[in-house]
Amino acid sequence: MKSAVVQLPGLNRDRDMIAALTKISGKAPVTVWQTETDIPDVDLIVIPGGFSYGDYLRCGAIAARMPVMQAIKAKAEKGVKVLGVCNGFQILVEAGLLPGALMRNASLKFVCREIKLEVVNAETDFTRAYSKGQVIRSPVAHHDGNYFADAETLKTIEGNGQVVFRYAEGTNPNGSMNDIAGVMNAEGNVLGMMPHPENLIEAAHGGSDGRGLFASALEVIAA
Amino acid sequence: MIKARVTVTLKNGVLDPQGKAIEGALGALGFDGIGQVRQGKVFDLQIESADKAKAEEDLKAMCEKLLANTVIENYSISFA
Repeated sequence: MKSAVVQLPGLNRDRDMIAALTKISGKAPVTVWQTETDIPDVDLIVIPGGFSYGDYLRCGAIAARMPVMQAIKAKAEKGVKVLGVCNGFQILVEAGLLPGALMRNASLKFVCREIKLEVVNAETDFTRAYSKGQVIRSPVAHHDGNYFADAETLKTIEGNGQVVFRYAEGTNPNGSMNDIAGVMNAEGNVLGMMPHPENLIEAAHGGSDGRGLFASALEVIAA
Repeated sequence: MIKARVTVTLKNGVLDPQGKAIEGALGALGFDGIGQVRQGKVFDLQIESADKAKAEEDLKAMCEKLLANTVIENYSISFA
C-alpha cells in the first residue's frame, strides 16, 4: 500500500507521520506540497497535525482553500482513503470533507497529555485491527478540538456509525459533543481525529496502541 | 472605492468559551449585570469598484467560502 503525506506551511507533525507510515508499511510515503494539483497514485493520503497558516482566521481554514485540497477532494470522491490528524482533522472539516466543526477547547487551554480512546466503530478501513469497544491509549495535543455539529448532523453521524472514536469516559479533554474524538464521512473513506496515533506506535514511545490504525489503513498485519 | 465591513458572529446555541471567559473577567472588574458576552470577528475590506451590487454579491461569496464557517457562524455585511 502506497501513501502520501501532505505538507503545508505551519504543519509540524509531518515528520512523525512519515516515520510512522514508513515503519509500519516498510515504504516511505511520498510528500505532497500544498500547491500541487496532481497527487500520485496512492491508497492513503494523510494530512498531519500542526498549525497550518498559524491557525489564522480559524484552525485549518486557510489550508482548506489551498490547491492541493481540490486534488484531495477529487481523490476522496474516487474512494482513496484520506486521514486527517489534529490540524489535518480541522482542515478536513473546513474543506467540507467531514461534517461538523472544531472549536476552541472548552477549558480555553491547550491540552497536551495522554487520554483514553474508545473504538466505537471497528468495521472501518481505519480500525479493522481493533475490536468494537476496545479502549486504547493515545496522546492529544491541541487548542481547538472541541467537536461541534448541529443536532441533526449529530443524529445522522451517530446513526450511520460515522463516529469512529470517542474519548473514554472521564477523559474528554476539550468539551467535544458526545465525547467525539474521530469522525468519518458517510462513504467511510475519509477519517478525521484529534488524537495522535502516530505518536504511539513503538516501544520507544511507551506503547503501540496507535499502530492498529495505520496497520488497518495500510492493510498490513497488525503488530 | 467601496468600503465594506463584514461581521461574523457565532450562531445561537453554539457554545462560546471565549465569550464566557470575557464575561467572567468583566464581572471580576466589577461590571455588574452582564447577561451574556459573545465574541465575534470584524473584517474591513476595501473593494476597487464602484458597483455596489456586484460588491455585495462578491462579499456574500467571500463569506460563504472563507470568512465565515457557516456550520457555526452567521455573517452580516454593511457599507461605510
